[in-house]
Amino acid sequence: MTGAIVAIVLQLAQLGLVLVLAPAATGLVRLVKARLLGRRGPPLVQPYRDLAKLLRKEAVMADNASWVYRVTPYIVFALLWLAAALVPTFTTRLPFSPAADLIALVALLGSARFLQALAGMDVGTSFGGIGSSREMMIATLAEPAVLMVIFTISLFIHSTSIPSIAEFVLGSEVGIRVSFLLALISLTMVAIAETGRIPIDNPATHLELTMVHEAMVLEYSGRHLALIEAAGMLRLLFYLSLIAGIFVPWGLAESGAGPAIAIGVAAYVAKTVGGSILLGVFEVSIAKMRVFRVAEFLGGALLLGLLGAIFLYVSTGT
Amino acid sequence: MLTAILVATAALVVLGPIGVARGRAAANLVHFGSIAATSVVLGHAVWFLFDGTPTTLTLPFGLPWLAAHFRIDALSAWFLSVISLVGLTAAIYGFGYIRHVDEPGRVLPFFPLFLAAMNLVLIADDAFTFLLSWECMSLASWFLVVANHRQPDNARAALVYLVMAVIGTSCLLLAFGIMAGFEGAYSFADMRAAPVTGRLGGLAVALVVIGAGSKAGLVPLHAWLPLAHPAAPSHISALMSGVMTKVAIYGLVRVMFDLAGDLGWGWGAVLLVLGGASAVLGILYALMQNDLKVLLAYSTVENVGIIVIGLGLALVFKANGLVGLAALAQVAALLHVLNHALFKSLLFFGSGCVLSATGERDMERLGGLIHRMPRTAFLFLVGSAAISALPPFNGFASEWLTFQAILNAPVLPQWVLKFGVPVVGALLALAAALAAACFVRAFGITFLGRPRSDAAAQAAEVEPAMWGAMAVLAACCLVLGVLPTAAIVPLNAVVRDLLGSPFPALSSGVAVHDFLFLAPLEPGRSSYSGLLVLAVVALVTWVVARCAHRLASPQVRRGPPWDCGFPDPQPATQYTASSFAQPIRRVYGTLIFRARERVDMPEPGDSRPARFAVHLIDPAWEAFYAPIERGVAAATARANVLQFLTIRRYLSPVFAALIALLCIVVLAK
Repeated sequence: MTGAIVAIVLQLAQLGLVLVLAPAATGLVRLVKARLLGRRGPPLVQPYRDLAKLLRKEAVMADNASWVYRVTPYIVFALLWLAAALVPTFTTRLPFSPAADLIALVALLGSARFLQALAGMDVGTSFGGIGSSREMMIATLAEPAVLMVIFTISLFIHSTSIPSIAEFVLGSEVGIRVSFLLALISLTMVAIAETGRIPIDNPATHLELTMVHEAMVLEYSGRHLALIEAAGMLRLLFYLSLIAGIFVPWGLAESGAGPAIAIGVAAYVAKTVGGSILLGVFEVSIAKMRVFRVAEFLGGALLLGLLGAIFLYVSTGT
Repeated sequence: MLTAILVATAALVVLGPIGVARGRAAANLVHFGSIAATSVVLGHAVWFLFDGTPTTLTLPFGLPWLAAHFRIDALSAWFLSVISLVGLTAAIYGFGYIRHVDEPGRVLPFFPLFLAAMNLVLIADDAFTFLLSWECMSLASWFLVVANHRQPDNARAALVYLVMAVIGTSCLLLAFGIMAGFEGAYSFADMRAAPVTGRLGGLAVALVVIGAGSKAGLVPLHAWLPLAHPAAPSHISALMSGVMTKVAIYGLVRVMFDLAGDLGWGWGAVLLVLGGASAVLGILYALMQNDLKVLLAYSTVENVGIIVIGLGLALVFKANGLVGLAALAQVAALLHVLNHALFKSLLFFGSGCVLSATGERDMERLGGLIHRMPRTAFLFLVGSAAISALPPFNGFASEWLTFQAILNAPVLPQWVLKFGVPVVGALLALAAALAAACFVRAFGITFLGRPRSDAAAQAAEVEPAMWGAMAVLAACCLVLGVLPTAAIVPLNAVVRDLLGSPFPALSSGVAVHDFLFLAPLEPGRSSYSGLLVLAVVALVTWVVARCAHRLASPQVRRGPPWDCGFPDPQPATQYTASSFAQPIRRVYGTLIFRARERVDMPEPGDSRPARFAVHLIDPAWEAFYAPIERGVAAATARANVLQFLTIRRYLSPVFAALIALLCIVVLAK
């Protein structure tokens, strides 16, 4: 019984942790980018302040906005929060993890994208449409690549449940495998596309024709915008935790004991900081690409995923 | 049970002629009668799935030496329940929809006949009854396709449909002829006892794949489907797309898993290739369509592809002795049969509501209907989410199971399959993502935004019978999404019959845990729980909404749209269906469909309007259909001579045929 209570407490703690950490991760990426560009940059707490400010403001909606537009921020936020809370961040003992394996998690993000794209079209403006249409196009390129990564992982580990994957990688002498490296690169490329980072999309842009995600949420304001922004931050943290949980799970607590949990949280924060810094460095060192070059970028991710599976077949000889 | 189903089917046959009578009473009688009959069939079929033993019945109809055999087993019962569930809602929907049909007398008689013919195909137990019912099904649906014959497009669609139906049936006829062998063992029991093997058996299976595959809409035999299905009245389109394609799938399953004996893995590979191609090409083509009903028909091609991928996997696993995994793949496929029937009918009903409220099928002339048709819009949204395989709806549950089967491909010994199946998996993922794009587009352009025509601006909500029928289907989509096990438990009887192995997770009985979590193989490996996902998302959404309203600002102000500071009152400045599809058309379409965009931009000062045209080519149409169409046209032009012969000349071919038949009999003896 105490085991169950501990598990539920851990699950709730993770819900809180990802929510608290998500704006900081986004803030850190911005800070790193600003410093590398020679600016001072906003302090780490700036995203929290922005969210609080937006939440306090009244929401302005277009005259013809429908209920789809109104409910989308809440549902999208809930979906992203749930998805981020199901990935093992500091412990593998999460009671809700069996509710969604890797494929289902990706699909949960798909549900959020579906709703957000609809909300972009709700008011009937040209920018909303352009954002929705491009977002869906990028998703069609990303999903096959994700499946190839999942296939490579499950080929080796025989599971798509993330805690089992993390425990497997932790418990065995996996060593450095070419396939895992390829899968890691492929998943990172997909994550960059899905979170709307440079070179696919620029989260800081306000030049209309280059916007994808920003164009889709252009009409939102007030608490609605706050939730959409928070959902975007959670999406970034979700991918950071996913990549960390699968490829660098070291430090994850496999039991509910206090010290293990403490180490797990510390390791997770360190991994998030590392990931955010890497992302910031990557973003300043590359230029945004044209929308239709995304196909080549994500096609490359698909090929890497496929190569990963082939290498694994060849190396294990099964 | 079988008797009750036959009686209900006979009642449907009797209802047909009643529909010829004019007036409201006849229409009501047909619909009430159909509701009663389909309810009886549905009840008995579901009852059979939970507690039934195969029963046979022989009636003295048909060929003189071969009575009509009927048999119900778990497989027929599963398909019977799918068909009668959708048939039931179609009859409810028909109450409202028939008022919007120009000539109800052209629809009402064939509606119950169509349902009856489909039922008969499923319980037929000999080749003759099967083919006769199959042909009745094709003919009844053909009459429904030409119901609205004054539109020239529909006449052409009907012709292409008729030609393809004839070709399909003749393939099946030949296939059953081969399987019956020289002794003429036309009953399915005889075929099952002594399956034809070797090259001849392979030929028979190939003919069945062509015959049933063309009816189901498998690429490259699909091109008739998007012409014929949308031409019929919307509730018939729902039956044709949602259910008649499933009867074709039934034919495929019946032969490949039951009658033809043990097939090699090669046939599974064939199905995988056909299914993968159908899934991707079908949905890509759907994305390019501006006509709502044509879009839905193309998306049927995609979903049939997904089902066939599942069946191919089942065959591949079965051929390698991995019956547990075969059961998993087959459950995925048959679950998708039900799921697709539910959401595709829901969406076709929705398109019918839009059509009857606005008179428009072209999405470029719709928009903003969510404000004027809130119920239809909500239910259409549920269907769109379900067909896009989004959790927690039912489409995701079956696609997730298919993915789980695909992830087990590495245990297969054949290298072609080890590499090929993951590629099919990537195609399936691509199809799922494209489906989401397609239905964001379909729902977004039709129901969201601002109205693009006066008809759309003045639309009104439809009758309760119409949205009520949709609500039933939408509820089924959600329930099966959160509790897929409720459908998997009865399906278990089907796979145990066909493969000799239960669904792996249910091999040792059903526990509460199985209802909560969908974990097909050993627990802890891969699991999904639609119920938990739905509950948590609903709870979190509610809490967040409460908190945001309580703690932050609850105020909302309405104003003109922002649109980067340049809101344009012209609805024409919105994104259109064509512009939404443009990025995808550019990425995928240039290669596959040789998509060409032609922009005709007038010079400055010139007052003529700018024009934009997109040209797409369906490779399957060019490769398969155009030659057939030309051949049929040429042959009929020649055969036309026969119409003007004298009686003497008419008799000579009859005489020649008699002589030829006598010669064959002599030679055979």
